Amino acid sequence: MSIDTETARRVAKLARIAVADDALPALASEFNAILGFIEQLNEVDVDGVEPMTSVTPQRLMRRADVVTDGNQQAAVLKNAPDAREGFFAVPKVVE
Amino acid sequence: MSDLTKLTIAAARDAMRKGDVTSAEITQACLTAIDGADALGAFVHKTPDIALAQAQAADARIKAGDAPAMCGIPLGIKDLFCTKGVPSQAASRILEGFKPEYESTVTGKLFDAGAVMLGKLNMDEFAMGSSNETSVYGPAINPWKVDDRQLTPGGSSGGSASAVAADLCLAATGTDTGGSIRQPAAFTGITGLKPTYGRVSRWGIVAFASSLDQAGPMTKDVRDCAIMLQAMCGHDPKDSTSADLSVPDFEAALTGDIKGKTIGIPREYRMDGTPAEIEKLWSDGTAMLRDAGAKIVDISLPHTKYALPAYYVIAPAEASSNLARYDGVRFGHRAKLGAGDGITQMYEKTRAEGFGPEVQRRVMVGTYVLSAGFYDAYYNRARRVRTLIKRDFDDAFAAGVDAILTPATPSAAFGIGEMADADPIKMYLNDVFTVTVNLAGLPGIAVPTGRDAQGLPLGLQLIGRPWDEAELLNIAYRLETAAGFVAKPAKWW
Repeated sequence: MSIDTETARRVAKLARIAVADDALPALASEFNAILGFIEQLNEVDVDGVEPMTSVTPQRLMRRADVVTDGNQQAAVLKNAPDAREGFFAVPKVVE
Repeated sequence: MSDLTKLTIAAARDAMRKGDVTSAEITQACLTAIDGADALGAFVHKTPDIALAQAQAADARIKAGDAPAMCGIPLGIKDLFCTKGVPSQAASRILEGFKPEYESTVTGKLFDAGAVMLGKLNMDEFAMGSSNETSVYGPAINPWKVDDRQLTPGGSSGGSASAVAADLCLAATGTDTGGSIRQPAAFTGITGLKPTYGRVSRWGIVAFASSLDQAGPMTKDVRDCAIMLQAMCGHDPKDSTSADLSVPDFEAALTGDIKGKTIGIPREYRMDGTPAEIEKLWSDGTAMLRDAGAKIVDISLPHTKYALPAYYVIAPAEASSNLARYDGVRFGHRAKLGAGDGITQMYEKTRAEGFGPEVQRRVMVGTYVLSAGFYDAYYNRARRVRTLIKRDFDDAFAAGVDAILTPATPSAAFGIGEMADADPIKMYLNDVFTVTVNLAGLPGIAVPTGRDAQGLPLGLQLIGRPWDEAELLNIAYRLETAAGFVAKPAKWW
């Protein structure tokens, strides 16, 4: 599996990270080095082996479906880069 | 008392209880040492006011006579832990200015036990790295030095390792996703424990790879690891993977008696290119445990070779998902936008500016292995291999092995910048002996047992049965006693 510049561009887009055009070839070559390393996994016979979902055999804990927290608007917004009138502010989303 | 910063947790606890010294005195000595150690780049946010207030409160509790073991002990806290009202930015630009409105479970438990926070410690950005060089603060430096080079303290918990080794604090918190407690501990001649997955709550710790991350103590010796783990661990309803199991008295388990215990030596950890002095360290350690009455057996962990490749699918996949939250909306950095930039440009520019190159690389690799068409070929295959890696350990333990002895790292500490031109894989190989333990969810501890020809510390790793940190600590305690590692770095900073 070889990653070309176009694939690198697509992955950067999916990850929502701006990458300049002239940086894409180097990025693609780094991906190829890492994926080449990962390709070793193809040597392993995994027939009939379940993918691990939990490293400890325990079931995920459940809790009662009740409200346990809330009324913390000021604390929630405290670290926002832009908060106005009790909301997170972002650039216009809908024209 | 002199050299207060050199005290172990156990010695400080006993001296404070006897009234020979106060927490305020030890804390002040640490704060002075920290101010004189900026060249190490270990402490990146100092909190002297909090420290002195906590020390005073601790002294009152100790005087009242019912203080827990950690009461009054000055600690450094890795920047990955959210600490209320104190910068907690995972060494990333994207969390610049972030001051959590809440306290992580681990730091909350430590403070409830009376521990004192001296400040926040340097690390690799989002705990992604093995040399502390990906930090937005610049690298932490190893207090050990053998020539004019500056050496890495390892990573990602590099600041924690540097601070403990240089006696800037009595102990520190670390986190370990692929070796980030054990490798820096080995590089700096200190002791570091990664507990069983689920033993310590992850709540309030900035997430890297949630199925692998685990916090643990980084200390001056094994006894301190036992004492500090006791205060850090336990069930937490706020972390759904936290285990609801009783916690034994870890310090009481340190008898030093390991007669009849079975120690496995995995043949797959004998790798091509391992330096002769690492081989010797390992065989010396094996002999020490044999002399202490343990039974030594050769074991096989056949899928060892595939642990790093599996890790470099699973960890980036989980990271790409976890780090999606850094979008410039709710906290941290937001890029300055140009005229006409919409929300997508805001995300893309914010993340390009806020994440360093290694974090960007891993997020994108994770995005790729999870993307349509590759999910089965990469992500599901890696999770299947992970099942096999865990099965290797299960089989060894089922055959009667009590603990497994391996080297902690493939080399001693290397120079800052020495890996800059190497491809990323070379840096990843630092974790070749430690990463299997995270994939299998097991407890592992690095103990300093020797030095290389240049005089740099080297460590061995012991791997224990799940939930049996008590036994693991006891075997580590015996190894520590036999090895008698007492060397300290000469002060140059």
